[in-house]
Amino acid sequence: MSLSYFLIQTLNGVQYGFLLFLVASGLTLVFGIMGVINLAHGAFYMVGAYLAWWFAEQTGSFVLALLLSLPVTVLLGLATERFAIRYLYARDHLYQVLFTYGLILILNELQRLLFGNDVHGLPIPAPLAGSIPLTEAQSYPIYRIFLSFTCIAVAAALYLLIQRTRLGMVIRAGSTHREMVSALGFDIARLFMVVFGLGVALAAFAGMIAAPVNTVYPGMGDHILIISFVVVVIGGIGSIKGAFVGAMVVGIADTFGRVLLPTGAGVVVYAVMALVLLWRPQGLFGRTV
Amino acid sequence: MTAHNRRRFIKQAGAGMGLAAAASFVPTRFAIGQKAKIKLGLMLPYSGTYAALGHNITDAMKMRINEGGGKLGGREIEYVQLDDESAPPKGKDNASRLLVRDKCDILVGTVHSGVALAMAQVAKEENKFLVIPNAGAVDLTRKNCSAKLFRTSFSNWQPAFPCGDVALKDGHKTAVIMTWKYPAGFESAQGFKDSFTKGGGKIIKEILPDFPSVEFQAGLTEIAALKPDCVYVFFAGAGALKFMKDYDAAGLKARIQLYGPGFLTDGVYKQAGSAAEGIKTTLHYADDIDTPINKKFRAAFKDQTKRDADVYAVQGYDTGTFLLQGLAAVQGDVGADKALIKAWEGIKIDSPRGTFTLSKSHEPIQDIYLRQVYSGDEKLLGIAHKALADPGTGCTMA
Repeated sequence: MSLSYFLIQTLNGVQYGFLLFLVASGLTLVFGIMGVINLAHGAFYMVGAYLAWWFAEQTGSFVLALLLSLPVTVLLGLATERFAIRYLYARDHLYQVLFTYGLILILNELQRLLFGNDVHGLPIPAPLAGSIPLTEAQSYPIYRIFLSFTCIAVAAALYLLIQRTRLGMVIRAGSTHREMVSALGFDIARLFMVVFGLGVALAAFAGMIAAPVNTVYPGMGDHILIISFVVVVIGGIGSIKGAFVGAMVVGIADTFGRVLLPTGAGVVVYAVMALVLLWRPQGLFGRTV
Repeated sequence: MTAHNRRRFIKQAGAGMGLAAAASFVPTRFAIGQKAKIKLGLMLPYSGTYAALGHNITDAMKMRINEGGGKLGGREIEYVQLDDESAPPKGKDNASRLLVRDKCDILVGTVHSGVALAMAQVAKEENKFLVIPNAGAVDLTRKNCSAKLFRTSFSNWQPAFPCGDVALKDGHKTAVIMTWKYPAGFESAQGFKDSFTKGGGKIIKEILPDFPSVEFQAGLTEIAALKPDCVYVFFAGAGALKFMKDYDAAGLKARIQLYGPGFLTDGVYKQAGSAAEGIKTTLHYADDIDTPINKKFRAAFKDQTKRDADVYAVQGYDTGTFLLQGLAAVQGDVGADKALIKAWEGIKIDSPRGTFTLSKSHEPIQDIYLRQVYSGDEKLLGIAHKALADPGTGCTMA
């Protein structure tokens, strides 16, 4: 393995990790901080991708498509919380699992009714199209590098929001001491609605921004859901930093699994998860339970 | 002998004796009332990823049967349609439901190979005819071949085999193969390998991502490091679209010629835009085959369904011809097993894909075309292999 080959594969892994973080960050918020098991996270990812594709087809502009799809998904998230999830906080996790699973079926079927079964591709926006040559045979797409920087920005913003702002402090307190925060005069119901909306918007945003490199197709959220849970569990539930490190671990493990262990590549990620959990059952940055 | 087996034994023995007795004094075709409808069981995907394929096959088949008068061998048809959901675990139950509960005379299906293998097993147990309008698993007409099983589509090996010769003719000596790690991928890869290595080419590496993962970056970096003369891939649908785009974005398309079976580009090359430009594929059909029958078929299909015809519609159309001609030969008597098998084995189908016959293992002997995407369209370059038959290895009838 030559050095440049090793470096490019590392770059592939890190880049995949960034993409995973973007999807998993919304899940960390909802699952890790609010304690809601949202199986429909992948379905919201798909909703984002389809909206971006559809708006881009209509308007001819990817940026415009992003601006139009984001409010739609935020509203979708807020409505889902207000009319359904809100009634499930006090109940057993099983109710959340059942409801959000139902939501997957509904969203998948809606997607089929509205957009059909075809596979769609989104052209990469013109200023970011093109590639940078790395070796004499391989180039690296500029859009993927742009994706990585977007992910870093989202990661930083989320970390600051949760760890450094007053709002973040209330959110964190609300997740563990709901009644106490409420008694102190905070409108906890509205707060959680906003957090859930943000979580859904993050999933959908990941779907949108990854659509030009990922293609848009039915059932695209199902695989991403599983890998997102792996990321959150490795990183430790409720930690943005953990989700970031978890995503990097999964991205790099997956890439090098394919290169070094081609016959067993499918299990490498899950083996890493098992090892991490044996060593630290609460995940890398999770609170001890 | 279990109760179930005993019952089946008695049933089969009884049927055998009845048939023998009937055959001894009157031709069997008169033993069945001509008034009764033929029950055609259609087990195809009408929901999920393959729904579009299921609908194209069904619509084209019915269109063809209606062109032929809407009857099979003079008998009216009752269609019994069932959505197989492309779910192999449900395959046996669904096939039994159509053949045993609904008493279908002939079973037609399906797209997914895993489901088709389950259907083949049930059809054999129930001693019924099965006509496969898509599923390409090689085993269906190799080690699982049987007298009452016919395929009107292709085997996974078939469109891939001529591709190796094409690559050699283009002057390539080394190749990397990349396909999902699942049977259809292995079978297709084997086809390419068989011809490419036989002609002196060398396969440097096989890269096998898990199905249905679409994360190809690691594999593309490997290809760039290995620098083969050409690359052969088997992906379809969303995976195919993403692979073409990634291959192009990695800068490999301009340097290393990409080959694949037609499933790589069909239905998605327009979405891929310039990323599909120049890719060469081989398949038993091309949209722009310049024959009257192909043009007429494409116009009629578009007129009836408002959709463009594709290779799946062609396979459905040919399944219609297959049923029409076979049952006409026995005047609609599906019970006349031997006569019907004989009629089907000797069938010659004038298809939009060209005229084809069936091999001893009941698999089309057909022309494989070479196509290439250029200036945004998939163009027919010529015939890559004339009258190609699947080897039928392991089939006892071959």
